[in-house]
Amino acid sequence: MSDAFDLVVLGSGPGGYVAAIRASQLGMKVAIVEREKLGGICLNWGCIPTKALLRSSEIYHYITHASAYGLSVEKPSFDLAKVTERSRKVAGQLNSGVKGLMKKNKVTVVEGEGRLSGARQVTVGERVLDAKNVIVATGARARDLPGVAADGQRIWTYRHAMVPPAMPTKLLVIGSGAIGIEFASFYSDMGADVTVVEMLDRILPVEDADVSAFMEKTLVKQGMRIVTGAMVSDVKAGKDSVSATITDKDGKANAEQFSHVIVAIGIVPNTENIGLEALGVATDRGHIVNDGFGRTNVEGLWAIGDVAGAPWLAHKASHEGIIAVETMAGQHVHAMDKGAIPGCTYSRPQVASVGLTEAQAAEGGRKLKVGKFPFIGNGKAIALGEAEGFVKTVFDAETGALLGAHMVGAEVTELIQGYVIARQLESTETELMHTVFAHPTLSEMMHESVLDAYDRALHY
Amino acid sequence: MPIDITMPALSPTMEVGTLAKWLVAVGDRVKSGDLLCEIETDKATMEFETIDEGEVAELVVVAGTEDVKVGAVILRLKVEDESDTPAPVAEAANAAMDQAVKVAVAPVPATTPGATPATEPEPAMTKAGEGERVLASPLARRVAAAKGIALTSLSGSGPRGRIVLADVESEGVSAPVVPTATAAAAVPVAVAPAAKAEAFSSDIPHVVEKLGNVRRVIARRLTEAKATIPHIYLTVDVRLDALLKLRGELNSALESRGVKLSVNDMVIKALALALREVPKCNVSFAGESLVSYSRADISVAVAAPSGLITPIIVGADSKPLSVIAGEMKALAEKARAGKLQPHEYQGGTASLSNLGMFGIKAFDAVINPPQAMILAVGAGEKRAVVDGDAVVAATVMSMTGSFDHRAIDGADGAALMAAVKALIEKPLGLVA
Repeated sequence: MSDAFDLVVLGSGPGGYVAAIRASQLGMKVAIVEREKLGGICLNWGCIPTKALLRSSEIYHYITHASAYGLSVEKPSFDLAKVTERSRKVAGQLNSGVKGLMKKNKVTVVEGEGRLSGARQVTVGERVLDAKNVIVATGARARDLPGVAADGQRIWTYRHAMVPPAMPTKLLVIGSGAIGIEFASFYSDMGADVTVVEMLDRILPVEDADVSAFMEKTLVKQGMRIVTGAMVSDVKAGKDSVSATITDKDGKANAEQFSHVIVAIGIVPNTENIGLEALGVATDRGHIVNDGFGRTNVEGLWAIGDVAGAPWLAHKASHEGIIAVETMAGQHVHAMDKGAIPGCTYSRPQVASVGLTEAQAAEGGRKLKVGKFPFIGNGKAIALGEAEGFVKTVFDAETGALLGAHMVGAEVTELIQGYVIARQLESTETELMHTVFAHPTLSEMMHESVLDAYDRALHY
Repeated sequence: MPIDITMPALSPTMEVGTLAKWLVAVGDRVKSGDLLCEIETDKATMEFETIDEGEVAELVVVAGTEDVKVGAVILRLKVEDESDTPAPVAEAANAAMDQAVKVAVAPVPATTPGATPATEPEPAMTKAGEGERVLASPLARRVAAAKGIALTSLSGSGPRGRIVLADVESEGVSAPVVPTATAAAAVPVAVAPAAKAEAFSSDIPHVVEKLGNVRRVIARRLTEAKATIPHIYLTVDVRLDALLKLRGELNSALESRGVKLSVNDMVIKALALALREVPKCNVSFAGESLVSYSRADISVAVAAPSGLITPIIVGADSKPLSVIAGEMKALAEKARAGKLQPHEYQGGTASLSNLGMFGIKAFDAVINPPQAMILAVGAGEKRAVVDGDAVVAATVMSMTGSFDHRAIDGADGAALMAAVKALIEKPLGLVA
């Protein structure tokens, strides 16, 4: 059986399904191939279910700290199975939402494992899909610690950590990127004794150094143990515990026992067994190379999202998908600007950023104007009882270009978009200064940070 | 309604074109696919065909008019059921029509939204005339003001032709800077020196010839390259004997297929493979960032009647020599005939220039931006070479790599030269 399409998308994560919808809007006949569940990792095993979990731990934190707000709650407790169940329900709801979207946009959904049998042909089992263009959006999976297989019992990847068989008492989180820190925060707020080990010299290493330092201080204050510049080896699962050796930056090795271990040391792209090699698709450290518009070196074959390289973020994948499809349709689009992709970590406190860190911005001797405004200077933050954190902005001193923005504190993941829009519209400090920010809101700190960069902060 | 046909953007960087020749006259009936005119751009002359059907009502721009802006109306078609004569397009256009000879003015300052031929994916170029609002981002405005660039001289690549920072930054880099009549007063210091008109007067008998587009672009780009790129030059001598022997063997084997490899074809391949071996040299310096290419596309300098042009062997690192030879032959022929398409000469990750056939022993080439290296190849000649302790006769060729020192360190450049040399002296690597 053979079908002809304008576009076949391999993988239905936030890159693939969004690309499929956009292509359908542009009048293409589209098929999407998925081996598991529509929505990919993001909806089913990533962004969304973890946000549901973190919402539970956040509310639990508020309940256990209710007295700070003049409220009394007696013997707060939780049922981990129900917390997990809610997270799965949320994922399930969104999964059926994507099904509905595919139907509404007349996208043919093909279930099964797809394989490129040509640059313009995908085979799924017996079915052969011919296409004018093919988008590879197969995503990525958790990277294993060498020699350590996650068993789902004591040693977990993000996927196990999302549906825990038991509540960890003493948890080791290996890796302090967004995923590691989010799970560390969740389990810590739920009462576990959490240790985070990071190989580099600071946690959240892609963030601005000020953010990393602030987060480390805050998480330690919350009761977490953070070990940076350290390596984990000899991770061995026993019957009731896991042993692991942590070698600190001075080379001192220490064997320790934990109830559970979460391995969150990065991802590997899903490039195997989809027929890339036979087509001679160019890759770089495992990731498919694209040209900023999604094109690979093979005509008719496109790659977007995690499989096409960092940053490994759902919204990057979606946007890359739209750029690719609009390019196919002959529309005039700009190439993906990776400097304009925001990054968010939904720990407590939250972290959000866009653009260059101060250190990156200063490279090459560029002159900067840096503003920083603390939550303690913001009325709304104090009223919320969330007076910890800051908003930092980095401008090019010569042009007033907003090079980067870095925020840590309550709700900053919802605030960052203001700066992202400012960047996209190429605002300078002047437009941001001239913008009226509602009072009382946390967003006022965004204004103040800009003012501070030019020594004009009003409330601090 | 009459249909307005506008100057198409025949390449991504094209802002103006010369209407070289009309192939239709008023009253001619045309249908989709018929050729309307020849348009000369930066580097090539291209034929422009209509996708509309109708009767030619008005040739708005006189043949030979230079610097016609992309998007400006050049011709009006009368459609079937229309009997009344369309109103003239614009006064400026009529003024241009009235001039019987070549005129160096931009004839139509007004744009015609929606009239761009559908075959062109380019956005409608919003080039605002006086009094019109210029769409530009705040950052673009500020940087343009600081650089002394008039916004009206720019084409916006953002939504609805909005000028964004990238458009200002690429001004004078990729787009030809040709002052037009309307923008000339405002266009400023940032214009590359090569584009500056200098009055020439002399008593010595002489002929003055106006620069063609190709010569103008060459002048501008080379001035810019030499003025802005810190070049370093690394020279090596390469023994050619093994390569010549292999070439002889390959050519006798390939004769039946009608393929004949030149030394240059083999040097193209050697450079491409060496770039793959030393990826630090397969880069572009892009101000705030360094672009590393994962494919070696070699631009090869070809002397065409209208001037130097560099057609590209795309992915030369992964093409067999026979394919390179075939492509090179076809591209060189097209180049000499002025028929290269923009995608055939725009791009490339590194360049190769060979003056060996003119007996040049060695030379230093100017980098072709945004590339970061060019290999200059001299003549292969018999030289006395010390081999061990004996002096022997050997065929030797000198090659000089020019490197953009902002992007490439001397040691990395040297590694590339060593890799090229090794591939030429042990040429089996070229066919492996």
